[in-house]
Parts: sequence; structure tokens; C-alpha cells
Amino acid sequence: MSKPVWNMQRRSFLQLMLGAGVALLLTPLHALAAIWNKAAFEATTKSEAVKGLEVPAETPSQEIEILAPDFAENGAVVQVEVRSRIAGTEAIAILVDKNPTPLIANFMFSNGAEPAVVTRIKMAETSNVQVIVKAGDQYFSAMKLVEVSLSGC
Amino acid sequence: MMRDMKMRAQLKGGITEVKALISHPMETGRRKNDLDETIPAHFIQLLTATLNGKPVLEAQWGTGISKNPYLTFYLRDAKVGDTVRITWHDNRGESGHGEIAVTQG
Repeated sequence: MSKPVWNMQRRSFLQLMLGAGVALLLTPLHALAAIWNKAAFEATTKSEAVKGLEVPAETPSQEIEILAPDFAENGAVVQVEVRSRIAGTEAIAILVDKNPTPLIANFMFSNGAEPAVVTRIKMAETSNVQVIVKAGDQYFSAMKLVEVSLSGC
Repeated sequence: MMRDMKMRAQLKGGITEVKALISHPMETGRRKNDLDETIPAHFIQLLTATLNGKPVLEAQWGTGISKNPYLTFYLRDAKVGDTVRITWHDNRGESGHGEIAVTQG
């Protein structure tokens, strides 16, 4: 007599677990789809990518430091270091003008994170690496030419 | 699929340097395999970092980040023993995370 009850409880528990599992699987994807800037990252020209980032106009700035090699033998792995000395820097975007999809990354800083980042990027060919810094409502930019021997895209 | 993340967080002269190396293919969706078939895009789209649970970095990535992504960032307010956690999500719904305590560099 107790067995059916146990079975029922077990089933409802399993259903609950399954439901929770599905919810866990779906939530990040939905959240991600909402957060990830598809228009900017899938843009095939730099101007479209910049438009996708909702940058109205950017001012060239000497206060953005880009450390990248002058010559990169292998475009598959080009180390880039970016540091902003602009007060109130909230975000740093990295773009490669001549890549099939120019927008590489957008980093947003908060709660005591320094506006600086080091990462490794792919470069299809010799190109400017452009950095756009967001500080409040203002946008600043700097660029550095990297010559690439072997395409990394 | 489990993917490795190597992490280090070292306090040096008042600033904590966090380094992470994530194992991920970062496929662009434009490459072909030996049979001339397109290899589907598979790349990290979102990466977040927290210090003791508080967000410090949120990154959105495209396909232009190199395979097995490498990242360094710097924290002003971290102390020895604090916890730095990094979580990523890719375009296929896979995710991974790494966690490390801040050490004296």
C-alpha cells in the first residue's frame, strides 16, 4: 500500500528536478541572448560595429595605452594590453578594422576594477587595432597598427 | 563537457593582478575541416568576474578572441584571502567557471 505513494512522490520529485534542470538550462541562454550585443559583434564593418555599440562619436585620446606588437608573425594569437587613464572609464572595447567581424571584445569594469585588460586576439591581416573607451556619456579612442604575416582568421 | 580554467590572483603593491587561461576552441564558424565542411561557430560570448560575490568585470566577446582565451585584469580593493570567481557562457549554452583566493605576490 505504501509503494504507490512512494512512487508518486518519487515521480513528482523527478518531475520537479527535471523542471528545475530545464529552467537552469534555459535561463542562461535567454539571459545571454538579451545581454550579448549581437548587432555589434556580427557587424562586418567597423563603422557598423561602432554603431552597434551605440557610440555617437569618439574623440582621439593620448590617455589610452595600447601595448601590442608592431609585427605579429601569427595572427591567430596576438597579445594586446589596453589601459585607460581617462577618469571615469566604464568600458573598453577592442576592434580590429580588417577582421571579418571587427568587434573583438567589450570589457565593462565596476567595483574597483582597474580600467585595464590583457588578452589575446585573432587578426586576419595587417590592421589597426582600435580601442574605444566609454567614460560616462563620452567616448574616446586610440589605435595601433599591427603588421600580420600569417592570417589568424 | 568539462573545460579547464587556470587562474591566479596575486596582490602586488596594492593592486591584485588576476590572470585566467580558459580551455575553449573559440571557433569562428568560418573555418573548414579536412572534408571542406564548415566547422560551426563555438565561442564564449559572456564572461563575468566577481570579487567576494560582487561584480567587477563583465566582458562580451566575439569570435576574435584567440583559442584558449587568456585574460588579465586588475583589482584595487582585493585583500589576501578574498575570492575571485570567473564564469563564462558560450553560444552553445555551455558554461564554465573558476575560483581562486587572492595570495600575496
